[in-house]
Amino acid sequence: MFGAGGGTSSYEEIEQTDLVVLWGSNAREAHPIFFHHLLKGLRRGAKMYVVDPRRTTSAQWADVWLGIDVGSDIALANAVAREIIHAGLVNTEFVRRATSGFEEYAASVEPFTLAEGERLTRVPGDLIADLAHDYGRAGRAQLCWTLGITEHHTATDNVLALCNLALLTGHVGRFGSGLVPLRGQNNVQGGGDMGALPNKFPGFQDVADDAVRARFEARWGVAVPRGPGWHLAQMFDAIERTELRALYVLGENPAQSEADKHRTVRLLGELDHLVVQDIFLTKTAQLADVVLPAAVASFESEGTVTSSERRVQRLRPARRPPGEARDDIDIICEVARRLGHDWGQPSAEEVWDECRSLSPMHAGMRYDRLEAMGGIQWPCPTEDHPGTQFLHARLWEEDPAERGAAAPFSPVEFEPPLDELSDEFPVRLTTGRRLDSFNTGVQTGGYASPLRRPETLDLSPEDMAGLGVAEGETVQVSSRRGSITVPVHLDRSLRPGLAFMTLHFPDQAETNVLTLDSWDPKSGTAEFKATAVRVERLPGALEAQAVPA
Amino acid sequence: MNTVAPAPAPVALRRSVELTVDGDPVIAPEGTTILQACRARGIEVPTLCYLETLAPVNVCRVCVVEVDGSRALVPSCSRPVAAGMVVRTDSERVRTSRRMVLELLASSVDLSTAGSDVHRWIEQYGARPERHGPAARAADRDHAHAGHHEAPAVGAAATVAQPVKRDNDQYVRDYAKCILCYKCVEACGEEAQNTFAIAVAGRGFDARISTEFDAALPDSACVYCGNCIGVCPTGALMFVSEHDLRARGDWDESRQEVTRTVCPYCGVGCNLELHVQDNRIVKVTSPLDHDVTSGNLCVKGRFGFEFAQE
Repeated sequence: MFGAGGGTSSYEEIEQTDLVVLWGSNAREAHPIFFHHLLKGLRRGAKMYVVDPRRTTSAQWADVWLGIDVGSDIALANAVAREIIHAGLVNTEFVRRATSGFEEYAASVEPFTLAEGERLTRVPGDLIADLAHDYGRAGRAQLCWTLGITEHHTATDNVLALCNLALLTGHVGRFGSGLVPLRGQNNVQGGGDMGALPNKFPGFQDVADDAVRARFEARWGVAVPRGPGWHLAQMFDAIERTELRALYVLGENPAQSEADKHRTVRLLGELDHLVVQDIFLTKTAQLADVVLPAAVASFESEGTVTSSERRVQRLRPARRPPGEARDDIDIICEVARRLGHDWGQPSAEEVWDECRSLSPMHAGMRYDRLEAMGGIQWPCPTEDHPGTQFLHARLWEEDPAERGAAAPFSPVEFEPPLDELSDEFPVRLTTGRRLDSFNTGVQTGGYASPLRRPETLDLSPEDMAGLGVAEGETVQVSSRRGSITVPVHLDRSLRPGLAFMTLHFPDQAETNVLTLDSWDPKSGTAEFKATAVRVERLPGALEAQAVPA
Repeated sequence: MNTVAPAPAPVALRRSVELTVDGDPVIAPEGTTILQACRARGIEVPTLCYLETLAPVNVCRVCVVEVDGSRALVPSCSRPVAAGMVVRTDSERVRTSRRMVLELLASSVDLSTAGSDVHRWIEQYGARPERHGPAARAADRDHAHAGHHEAPAVGAAATVAQPVKRDNDQYVRDYAKCILCYKCVEACGEEAQNTFAIAVAGRGFDARISTEFDAALPDSACVYCGNCIGVCPTGALMFVSEHDLRARGDWDESRQEVTRTVCPYCGVGCNLELHVQDNRIVKVTSPLDHDVTSGNLCVKGRFGFEFAQE
């Protein structure tokens, strides 16, 4: 945001803030140790708002829960903004000095009155006003989000809508005030840092920048294409168009993790050549022409990962990998060698040092410093730099030269979820994680979790009664793309018309048969959070129930 | 409301305090405890219920020291230093008190898996638990009502002996080894996890750590973060993996290597300490001194490593 793709704040700051807004995040279950820091803040006296369609275990800690309709986040953010503006709570000095585009933005949110906000989001207007007033008045405020914001077809606009609120109130660039996207995987931040984005080099440097490209080309001794590559969703579209014929998949299980599973598997099957490098023979690996067994990064490899507070930390091998499994760097260098490029056998530290030489924000992060300091937060431009606790402090500089470019407001349009509710598909199905499981369950399936229970379709008490279904009864769930059968489970955190499933047990319940693979054109994220479904009792269920046991 | 000036990060400026410890002048920052001041000078003070990541609860009394002008011995883990304070950490009175604490604990609790420090202190302070007599018959502690304590037979040492609780796949609770230090209760409660699955039930000698109505863990509020096990000083709370290796006689810390790495799950960046024996992960802990976790983990980080084992 404002140029660098990372959370602005540190965990320490959520302990020291006055107001926490958790928006589309169930951190209590998805980021439990971050929630420890958050609870310290609450115990210190911070107030918390949770914006979530479900009254989650996180929401149960909130002072105020805003039970928003799935996918109406922009409408809510815009209504909050309008209320902040009309209540005179804009940080006018900050807006004047450090931002641009306020007038246009203010005009864009003007239609979002409290009544209109309530109509679009189903959050009571007085609660929208309370959030606006508390956020506008707070000395320090942290705005945190997770996939409830980003797994929508409007993912990028959703994030921008939240950034606008921080700019309006000056809740960014100061200790205790910031924007915190909580990362769902241990190195999803690091993947971005390292340039695993279609248009970036390591350190978020633009591939279209000639000077930057020249430095990388000089170091690597090859020409680098000027144009952007494809993100994941574009790759699948390119397979569909038969433009993309070979795929090398590292540590990803798209056959089960992508939305609209039937299409994904069909497209993977249409490739000329599929290589999968993974620690498991995943469903994707089973489709591959070549499988390269890899060592477990966190337990069997040397390397680094970056956390949600931009902290780069070292991974160290604790055990030998099994059988023929090899370190990712070994495998990649061996593939390169067979393709005619001898990169030698660099250590993880040598690879990292090359990165430091090309990415200014990582330049000061020597391995021994990472070790001694328990990790370093980027940017860390020199070897005597302590790392950066929070970003964008420059926006508060007195001197316009030091303040630099203004942070732009980004007016965003509200669009409801693409998979519309109808008489045929009247129930909104949303997805998320449970505390003890992770993604498609590849890693968490193997341990004996006392908390684990089979996948279910979670329904509100009202919907259970309306359908006449009993706890544990298997029902058919259908979307416009497919049907699955799954047992139902009563969940009092849900409202009528809202259902919940996880993606943790694809072998038992293929949630992604139901989901829509339409994706955000800017980020490539699919709309996992908003599927329109119909829930039906299975034929024979009534008769079966009538038979005495 | 803050219009322009960014608030600086808070910086705690602390004055220094002069005191005397064991006859020597000591300067310590205001607000530090006697224990911290002693440790900074390399003076060993035994502790059982104290942990640097938890607020002191003052229950074990093994860290007591003598402070001039104070009628009773004071717990060094929680008493802040004060100007002019005269502290004795090794007086006869202090040694007697510590000996009694260790002796009573050792006579009533199975300390076989407690840390080596505990056994060293028992020796060092001359505690003789055996003089309290042979262990009394185990009593049903979970259903004891306050005020109805049954005294053991004359000449027998009352104990907290009771059957091991094993009601799930990850935790073993052997409260015959529990010294009631409260660390697990604090870690499960306000100090870290805020789950409140366990508390102290009962009074006096019948006090014990319990879930609500002694429910089995799977029926309790427990979320299996293992943070209680992480702080237990005696092995009363133990991971099944460690418990079973010990039961088979295969637990061997001399063959274990501990490697610090980062959890493979969410993006918080929790540091893990993997305890590996014979190329198998046998236990996962987290460093107390790392500010992301302060020793705490969630169920995935703590137990979700089996995918990496053959």
